[in-house]
Amino acid sequence: MDSSDFFGLSAIAYILSMILYISFLVFKKETIGIVATTFAALGLLAHTIAFALRWKEFYEIGKMGILRAVPLTNLYESLIFFVWCLIVGYLIVEWKYKNRSFGAFITPIAGMALAFADISGMSKDIHPLVPALQSNWLLAHVTMSFISYAAFAISFATAIMYLAMVSDNKKSLSYIFWTAILGIFTVVLIAMGIDFLTFKVAGLSHKAFLKSYLFKATFRSESTMISIISYIAAIAALLGFWSLGVGIKRFISPFSITAEQLDDLTYKCIAVGFPVFTLGGLIFGAVWADQAWGRYWSWDPKETWSLITWFVYAFYIHARLLRGWRGIKIAIVALVGFISTIFTYLGVNLLLSGLHSYGSM
Amino acid sequence: MQNNKKGTVDKIWDFFASIKLAIFVFTAIGITSIVGTIIEQNAEPEKNIRLLSKMFGSSYASDIYRLVDAIGLNNMYHSWWFIALLFLFVSNLLICSLERLPSIIKILKEPQKPIEQENFEGLPIRHKLTMKQDLQGAVQRLSSVMQKAGFKFYEHREGDLVQLYAEAGRYSRFGVYITHLSILLLFIGVVIGIFMGFNGYLNLLEGTSSSVAYLANGKEINLGFDIRCDDFEVSFYEGTDTPKAYRSVLVVLEQGKEILRKDIEVNTPLRYKGITFYQSSFGFAPSPQSLFHFRIASKSNKIQEIKIPFDETFIIPDTKVKVKISDFTPALGVDESGKLFTYADSMYNPAVLLEFHEGNRVINRQWVIKRYPHTWVFPEGTIEFVDLWGSQYTGLQVRKDPGVWIVYVACLIMSVGLYMSFFMSHRRLWILLRSTGKETEVMIGGWSNKYRASLAAKIQGMVDSITSK
Repeated sequence: MDSSDFFGLSAIAYILSMILYISFLVFKKETIGIVATTFAALGLLAHTIAFALRWKEFYEIGKMGILRAVPLTNLYESLIFFVWCLIVGYLIVEWKYKNRSFGAFITPIAGMALAFADISGMSKDIHPLVPALQSNWLLAHVTMSFISYAAFAISFATAIMYLAMVSDNKKSLSYIFWTAILGIFTVVLIAMGIDFLTFKVAGLSHKAFLKSYLFKATFRSESTMISIISYIAAIAALLGFWSLGVGIKRFISPFSITAEQLDDLTYKCIAVGFPVFTLGGLIFGAVWADQAWGRYWSWDPKETWSLITWFVYAFYIHARLLRGWRGIKIAIVALVGFISTIFTYLGVNLLLSGLHSYGSM
Repeated sequence: MQNNKKGTVDKIWDFFASIKLAIFVFTAIGITSIVGTIIEQNAEPEKNIRLLSKMFGSSYASDIYRLVDAIGLNNMYHSWWFIALLFLFVSNLLICSLERLPSIIKILKEPQKPIEQENFEGLPIRHKLTMKQDLQGAVQRLSSVMQKAGFKFYEHREGDLVQLYAEAGRYSRFGVYITHLSILLLFIGVVIGIFMGFNGYLNLLEGTSSSVAYLANGKEINLGFDIRCDDFEVSFYEGTDTPKAYRSVLVVLEQGKEILRKDIEVNTPLRYKGITFYQSSFGFAPSPQSLFHFRIASKSNKIQEIKIPFDETFIIPDTKVKVKISDFTPALGVDESGKLFTYADSMYNPAVLLEFHEGNRVINRQWVIKRYPHTWVFPEGTIEFVDLWGSQYTGLQVRKDPGVWIVYVACLIMSVGLYMSFFMSHRRLWILLRSTGKETEVMIGGWSNKYRASLAAKIQGMVDSITSK
């Protein structure tokens, strides 16, 4: 078996554990929770093996130092590593808080990343390193960036849970905001699931979209009818989240976790993510750019968006510690921070051009 | 008059120290930065006009572009107003830090005091328990528990009340100021780099040298020494066109004398006298002076290296065969029907067409391809096409930045500051003991500026170890 088999196994395990965590939240059967955790842990094991194998395969292809052969050189590999960090982070949180309710909110982020990696048609091949990436800074810069992204992802999930518990005034902007975010998130996840079922499982018109069939079964369908229905369904789903969002609280509250704990956990994740992001993402990135390109900062879109994300989280920390912001206001800032993180990570690579172009598909 | 003047200074100070300014600057830098990533920077006008017509329709695009151009949004990060925003950010940061620093210094200067009993009730972490030991035994036992937990403690006796108190991580409270200071230092480094350094480029053809580099606006910068490129080479991963390394052999010359020779690659630049040369691009510019470099091994295994221009010929050792170069391409490819064609205009896969003459007769014609050794073989021996030397230029980024080490130091300080602010906390602990005859009443209280739960867990551990025996 090679690395891609193990990656496949881990992806299946993660998707199963995601479904189980959501069922656990709904049915509250302890057994389901235990099975969900088991699948997450097994997935992590397979994933770790896959990562090690791919490292070895990469090392054999590139024939350069082992530290430089870290398989984190394109969007696919980085997404997969992000999922690894996220699951590790999640299992730590679950174990520390002895609480499985987070799973239903965090594992979908992993599921989304995996689905995106699979259906967007990005290259999964191992490519030898281009000269700019041949540096020991690669390991430090990329791993630390993704550890911080994972921490931010967890803070996003806990902030959503927090808002689900305390923000229940349907007319307030904060309520509209969090239900819309959760709604968009769910719609995107489901749309990608439909893509997956249509093109991967049923194998329909596969050849037509060599590159990407992201949303081709729904929003970007060739049939205008399907596309319009998809948009209508998506809007209906968003309205559904808005009208039923108050009910989500009922699913979370039996899990002996208080809103304060969620607020505190959001902060803790950001308090870990922020310094790691500053050091690994910004500082190491700048040092590396200085070594490779002769400029530690060149306002390239990736750098600029990292800085924007950094500002958002710096704002979170100062608002909280200095101004004593708590509750709904600060949770919204945490959501904005993660949206900015996603854009820094994916949006820049997919929509804007720049020096980090090897991160593209 | 005096009062009025002081009032103005105060007003300016208050303006810079205000949170409102901070929020304004954060938001302004954030939003303008976003705009700057959407509008392509330093691009040809057409590119951005095309983008704008996609967003606003083609009828408005050129007008909007004129506005974009006028505000400098197409070179935004170097526009005066963006730099002004960055300066506002730094001033705000500095003044806000100065505002709060004295009160923190005051707190930290005062040593920890034994706690008053009525204040004990205000502590966030409190435990009360009874020890089945006399006062002396209890003090001893608690001392050892505190030591084990890593607290250096003081003892205070007042009547029948004994207090053990300790403090840890006091200096972590400077973490935030160290972080802020490092950002300030970083800006100083950046400004020094901008005003005392330069960022230029230099294209050097193999075999040529230069004593100057060029700025983006075409201005010459004197290096103070000569730099020569002896060779440039792209190496590829076997069997692919994926470049593995771009390598230039650079030589530093002072008054014509060779001082330093170094191979540079993308991640390993050359530094000399504060000027750094980075491998940044390359190009193909052949000239009549370019030399074809062959390594010839005859049947008797005699190896000979020759370098000739295009119109010269050479003779294979031990034979009478004369070889002429009749064609050259920098990148030879083969299409599906087996036809040869040139697929790139840089030296991806250079090849020469060799014509073998015996007397006046052409006896053989063959393409010799640099990257395919099987094409080097002839009845007369092997002819390896090593290089077309003097045909490629290396594109160097030339930079002098006397501020960069300040930026590095700032980054180092920032890491320390962040560690102190996020992974350390200032913790205080008080233990009050009062004898009730054979037993001792104990009160343990703790306070910390953050991560209270972890201190609470630590204290709980101490309590458990006392009560469990």
